[in-house]
Amino acid sequence: MLKPDRIVSTTCPYCGVGCNLQLHVKDDFIFKVTSPFDAVVNQGNLCVKGRFGYDYIYHPKRVTKPLVRRYLLEGKTKPESREQRTEISDATTLHSSDPLLSSFWDWLPVDWDTALDLVASKLAEIYRRDGSDAMSVYCCAKATNEDNYLLQKLFRALFRTNNVDHCTRLCHAGSVVALQQALGSSAMSNTASEVVHNDVLMVVGSNTSENHPIIALQMKEAIRKRGAKLIVVDPRRIDLVDFAELWLPLKPGTNVPVLTAMAHVIVEEGLVDHEFVKARTEGYENFVASLEKFTPEYAESISGVPAEDIRKAARLYASAKNGAIYWGMGISQLSHGTASALALIHLAFLTGHIGRPGTGLNPLRGQNNVQGASDMGAMPFHYPGYMRVDDESNAAKWEAAWGVEPGGLSRRLGLTTTEILAHAHPGGVRALYIMGENPMMSEPNLNETRKHIQNLEFLVAQDLFINESGAFADVFLPATPFAEKDGTFTNTDRRVQRVRQAQPPRGDSRPDWQILCDLARRIERRLEIDTVKWDYSGPEQVFAEMASVVPDFAGITYERIEQTGLQYPVWDREHPGTPFLFADSFPRGRGVFTPLDYVPVVEPVDDEYPFILTTGRLLEHWHGGTMTRHSQLDALYPEARVELHPADAEIHGIRDGMAVRVTSRRGEVVVRASVTEKTTVGVVFLPWHFAEAAANLLTIDALDPQAKIPEFKACAVQVFPARDTDLANPEAVVKRGRY
Amino acid sequence: MGIQLEIDGQPVTVEPGTTLLEAAKQAGITVPTICWHEATTSYALCRICVVEVAGMRLLQPGCIVEAADGMRVQTRSERVVRARKTILEMLASSVDLSDSPDILALMDEYGALPERFPEAERREVELMDDNPMYLRDYSKCVLCWRCVQVCAEDAQYTFALSFSGRGYETEIATFFDRPMPATTCVFCGQCVGVCPTGALKPKREFMLEQGMGPEEIAVMSSGRKRKRT
Repeated sequence: MLKPDRIVSTTCPYCGVGCNLQLHVKDDFIFKVTSPFDAVVNQGNLCVKGRFGYDYIYHPKRVTKPLVRRYLLEGKTKPESREQRTEISDATTLHSSDPLLSSFWDWLPVDWDTALDLVASKLAEIYRRDGSDAMSVYCCAKATNEDNYLLQKLFRALFRTNNVDHCTRLCHAGSVVALQQALGSSAMSNTASEVVHNDVLMVVGSNTSENHPIIALQMKEAIRKRGAKLIVVDPRRIDLVDFAELWLPLKPGTNVPVLTAMAHVIVEEGLVDHEFVKARTEGYENFVASLEKFTPEYAESISGVPAEDIRKAARLYASAKNGAIYWGMGISQLSHGTASALALIHLAFLTGHIGRPGTGLNPLRGQNNVQGASDMGAMPFHYPGYMRVDDESNAAKWEAAWGVEPGGLSRRLGLTTTEILAHAHPGGVRALYIMGENPMMSEPNLNETRKHIQNLEFLVAQDLFINESGAFADVFLPATPFAEKDGTFTNTDRRVQRVRQAQPPRGDSRPDWQILCDLARRIERRLEIDTVKWDYSGPEQVFAEMASVVPDFAGITYERIEQTGLQYPVWDREHPGTPFLFADSFPRGRGVFTPLDYVPVVEPVDDEYPFILTTGRLLEHWHGGTMTRHSQLDALYPEARVELHPADAEIHGIRDGMAVRVTSRRGEVVVRASVTEKTTVGVVFLPWHFAEAAANLLTIDALDPQAKIPEFKACAVQVFPARDTDLANPEAVVKRGRY
Repeated sequence: MGIQLEIDGQPVTVEPGTTLLEAAKQAGITVPTICWHEATTSYALCRICVVEVAGMRLLQPGCIVEAADGMRVQTRSERVVRARKTILEMLASSVDLSDSPDILALMDEYGALPERFPEAERREVELMDDNPMYLRDYSKCVLCWRCVQVCAEDAQYTFALSFSGRGYETEIATFFDRPMPATTCVFCGQCVGVCPTGALKPKREFMLEQGMGPEEIAVMSSGRKRKRT
């Protein structure tokens, strides 16, 4: 039996649940992961990613030396077209005189000084020439709070731009805008551990068992052991449907009519909590007037959900003692994502299921630190702590904190993720710095994204692997994964938890915060600035600087979260944290009802493209795949599969396991078909983790007008039979009992 | 309103519903356990936690028997010690305990002799390596049931693991002995996390034990190709 050299407590790097992990380390190798059974977040339970999915750390393809393209290193002019390349070239060919053997786009390993000086010079050059609007950055929902704080500080304080965003834009942007508008705060209102106190749960557009597995366990416990009732609203027959009282299989993109018809029933049948509506909300009368046309029958005609089931769902939710709503991407990833989220918020307002323990509105955050990255100001409209950048007093506070001259910071709202790339052209955005994200997998309509990324003048990738996006970069900076750095993550229920270094950085890789501070000092020298502080002793000091300005975090110190994380807001050193929000009032005062209209999805089906494609995730994989495709997780689920309903499969002559070509107006992929009743008639599902069959080649880049979130959940596609030889990797076959 | 009883001569007051195991713990007395786990439902399978209660004919499993007013409990009487020693000797005679340091420590403490039942048939099952995440070596399994419990309603609601066989033939298995990937398994590894004897083990831990270096393991486990079953 192995004795570990040390056991290190830390926080899981995958989803927003934020499970506590114990890494068992021997000879700087993590051989086992466990979780303490008294862990507040996950009570000792983990999922496959948390327990087994950390081995990407040791993958031979992990980059552990800074890389620079040959043309940059040799001081040549940048060739016209950007080349996507994932392989590192042999250093011995560095000064090859044979032009046939050398290529301008070769990746060459260099030392840190060379790489960072190049990045600093190039960024400073572009900034001096084209100004703030040419600069942009993608922060990272997987990196720590401290890493994100530093990166947005670097671009705001040194390059005076608010072109700062991260993948929250592609995730819960619709929910965030809706929650801000309706109640003035965008975080999950309750604690995951309150799930077991719900007596009615409504799960909308969230495949919780695969994407937040530990929260799904708590839901199952509430149902099986405590008699709670579950309503699932989802176009797919997800695992949770087996535990549900009611399943409302709506057509993708019809959330507003279905949810608003529930509001119609609640009002019509006198199930409104008038006391709550009167005391805590405004706009009720107007809203009720707007409900007239949203009868359950009307909703049925659009969504396909039987009117009677909508009535039952409305009665069940409204008559709950503690009703809570949990939702995921099925609500927000639509061109009317904001409206969809508002439709959910209305249900909580009408019934008063918010502001008490075990009730609430809970957008389940995807990434381990998407909450934290948003809190740290990795967004184009906000400084850390959701302080608007166009507010003079906010800007002044950060100017003081960062040593920027008064009036120095930009007051203009920056560009969002998708907008940054769309503006990549001469006269627009010229430089992009990507920390740990993978837009070449996560953006919609990838063929278009590819053109944009090729139009950039200078691209830096800071990551673990040369992923599909880093493969386009000019310089690659090797960062460290969660197990090789210190810091904090903030989970879906606002709990700030410690991340701890378990082993030294592999090779020459460096923790993100160190890379950023080192780079910032080099940029400062070139811009002749020396007032901004970058000499932190470590992440703890970075956090303290942030907490000294943002009141929500004023009471959080590393010392206080040594054992157990605290849920912000934590107003002072004595404050115990805030398990649930909105007990007495909403941050904006009263909650606002907003009358809604039904807006169909942007691309309806037709004879040419008769299926609705909806995209999503799998238990075994994670987003763009940078981590999980370099892990044994990939052996468990090595290929993308398109789910097709048996009735549709029969018409199109498709059998289970057969190769099929899925095409949209924007692209095509070849994958095997899963013929399964997990999906509904007319709807096909494709996971988006697999680069060799990237679902986002098909998706449409239509945006929600307010939140700017793309419509990942609905576009029109056709499915044709194909040959096995058309598959990118016919050897890879998923053979699993549960799929 | 507490329940008053006496454990090893010491008066103890506990809440109604407290098991004798918990009551002893509250009194600062350690009763050994094998199958009991804080996160699983107790079923008194291994019987190592038995105690003697005055007036009761049989030894009582402390993990499920609740304290009652006026009980007089002995946690280390001669009868209790003999029973525990025999249980340990029977386990050692049929199961490979080499990865169970806690049980081996108990054997030392109780003076249990592994050679007491030389005629016993040893449980010898081939090591099962049917998935990329963990190994199953049921030669080391003491049938504590924790893995089955966490796979079912104690945690996962996945029901991939169950029992097969009866009596001595009983073992933990999947339905129809299917390999793990062919079952409903979600590979959460909760079963690995609660296994007390190393019968379930992460594959990387096993490879490290076999003397493979971290680099070698990393290369081995980075192959994209999947073994066809």
